[in-house]
Amino acid sequence: MKILTICGLGQGTSLLLKMNVQEALQSLGIDADVDNTDVSSAAVENADLILAGEYHIDSLKHLDAPVIAITDFMDVEEIKNKLQKFFKGE
Amino acid sequence: MNYIFNKSLVKTNVKVNDWIQAVKIAGDLLIQNDLVEARFVDAMIDIVKEKGPYIVISKNLAIPHARPEDGAKKVGISVVTLEKPVKFGHKQNDPVKVVIALTSIDEKSHIELISHLARVLSNKQNFERLKTADTEEEVVKILGKEVQN
Repeated sequence: MKILTICGLGQGTSLLLKMNVQEALQSLGIDADVDNTDVSSAAVENADLILAGEYHIDSLKHLDAPVIAITDFMDVEEIKNKLQKFFKGE
Repeated sequence: MNYIFNKSLVKTNVKVNDWIQAVKIAGDLLIQNDLVEARFVDAMIDIVKEKGPYIVISKNLAIPHARPEDGAKKVGISVVTLEKPVKFGHKQNDPVKVVIALTSIDEKSHIELISHLARVLSNKQNFERLKTADTEEEVVKILGKEVQN
């Protein structure tokens, strides 16, 4: 499973989100590769799941991968809950 | 460790009128410590104007940054806490009380720093302490390397 975290430049805040997504996955016992990139590169990365802030959701809608909006990148609980919901729904 | 963080990179309880001023003050700290060229600060502001206030990644927290090619010289952060919070225009996470400006020289050199920040800031108690810190020394203590979880 390949998960992408997205931000405007793909270097700063998406990396912060990636760290906390990794932590959330670990506590859920889910094994996945997490990588961070910018909005425009997201299309070529072929991810199974994308996590991004609300501001980038619209520009990711055309992609095949499901997209989860994260409001607070520092809230591991929010990330955990949203991931859990997603994995249960599958 | 490939970065330094000390009280010369911190200003607490700063008075600002708007978000641009807040980013400029954080940027000035980076310039004064020779971490970035002056144009990096303009780029941090332009990115928000172009791409929106997505840098407000958490409640009361903004992480302005620009590209390495926008005039970054070293890896590091500066921290500005505001006397009165200001709005960046983010629907959920406004108003901003803490601004952490980030500079990196490439895609990888700041990973250690970011992972440290993620660890410290995902702890709500740490962030509460940061928001209410009165002195630069206190901020260094909270975000310094000895503080883990």
